[in-house]
Amino acid sequence: MKAPDFSYHDPRTLADLMSLLARLDDAKLLAGGQSLMAMLNLRLLAPEHVIDINRIPELAGIRVDGDTVEIGAMTRQADLLASDVLAQVAPIFRKALAHVGHVQTRSRGTIGGSCCHLDPAAEQPALCALLDAEFEIIGPDGARTVAAADWFQGYLQSALDERELLRAIRFRSWPQGHGAGFEEYARRRGDFAIAGAAALLDSAPDRSISRAAIVVFGVEPSPVRLAKAEQALVGTQLDRATIELVMEEARALDAMSDAHVSADYRLHLAGVVTGRALSEAGSLVEVAP
Amino acid sequence: MTARNITLQVNGRTVEAQVEPRTNLADFLRAALRLTGTHVGCEHGVCGACTVIVDGRATRSCLMLAVQADGAEVETVESLGRADALSPLQQAFSDCHALQCGFCTPGMLMTLESYLRDHPAPTRDEIRDVLSGNICRCTGYQGIVDAAMQTAASRRSPR
Repeated sequence: MKAPDFSYHDPRTLADLMSLLARLDDAKLLAGGQSLMAMLNLRLLAPEHVIDINRIPELAGIRVDGDTVEIGAMTRQADLLASDVLAQVAPIFRKALAHVGHVQTRSRGTIGGSCCHLDPAAEQPALCALLDAEFEIIGPDGARTVAAADWFQGYLQSALDERELLRAIRFRSWPQGHGAGFEEYARRRGDFAIAGAAALLDSAPDRSISRAAIVVFGVEPSPVRLAKAEQALVGTQLDRATIELVMEEARALDAMSDAHVSADYRLHLAGVVTGRALSEAGSLVEVAP
Repeated sequence: MTARNITLQVNGRTVEAQVEPRTNLADFLRAALRLTGTHVGCEHGVCGACTVIVDGRATRSCLMLAVQADGAEVETVESLGRADALSPLQQAFSDCHALQCGFCTPGMLMTLESYLRDHPAPTRDEIRDVLSGNICRCTGYQGIVDAAMQTAASRRSPR
């Protein structure tokens, strides 16, 4: 089908954008368009106004300052994938982005768009949960920051108000030498995953785990951190038995079911991908001399 | 609805046109410019038939508004070759039996055209990964992968 009629706005400055957002009712922000355009074409949405934010250059870009990494919301997935700087400070990004859509959708799709749309199986919001990212928001009353823990409000629902803009995502990078693992299972390459997991591990000089973060996505309506397992891992050596304990926590999630995939099968996969992501992270962590 | 004036490059030509904002790039190319080589399949970004190259990047033209292409450089399948003078990639599709009905072919060609420019020596696995966003329902992918490999090889060592 074809998109319904709407009024189109393409502001060139952040100030113009914010005044449109404050003034217009029933407006949708158009970022990379790889979900919104499909929803408009299918007439799942019929907003009165579409505000295109593709012509505001300051919303895109990757900035690394010490251990702080800031990614502009309009940074395209192709550019995240190509960024050597990002691959160096946060290798989990390149691993995960290879699974985000296809080359033709990554050329326009943005990290901010994905984090605001919040498909349960989306990789980029899961990385934000994994990295305890902060969401930098601008609204009518100025700027505010939302922690990852508060960003996810449910199925396709973020903490962003309709008058607000996600400007950037910020996180602290892990120390050099940390291990990063990513695994997901989809029926076809580039499809939304049935279940996926990502893990970060850091180790103490005695090779025991000093810090762990594990996220499972596509299973519950929002990405979930395996907080108990993360704590339990600290001070232990990663072996088959500890990995099995973590997989068990993944298999105890409250899984969604749909026409194609039962909750039981999804939980089985959640365990498998969690085990593999954790093993990969464990195999890549470097012990500080 | 307020129509907008846009100016863009399409296959090296400057095009000026007036478009409704809700018109996607694929429909603009087909209906306004009569460039019907770009095919429209699913209209929600899954099938890849509408793939064109926008500012050097393979893009789904059903998931982009024509007004967003204002100022952009767009390449469609019509830029590759003519019926009596196929481009090397098109010739390879013919040589390798990489199409039957041909509906998906323009998208396949533009995806591969864009990829081979930046990746002159791809592996079969890389080609398969790149083609994951283009769906063929009648020919199958073997011949298409063969055609991509043949084109890459002949570009590296032209006769």
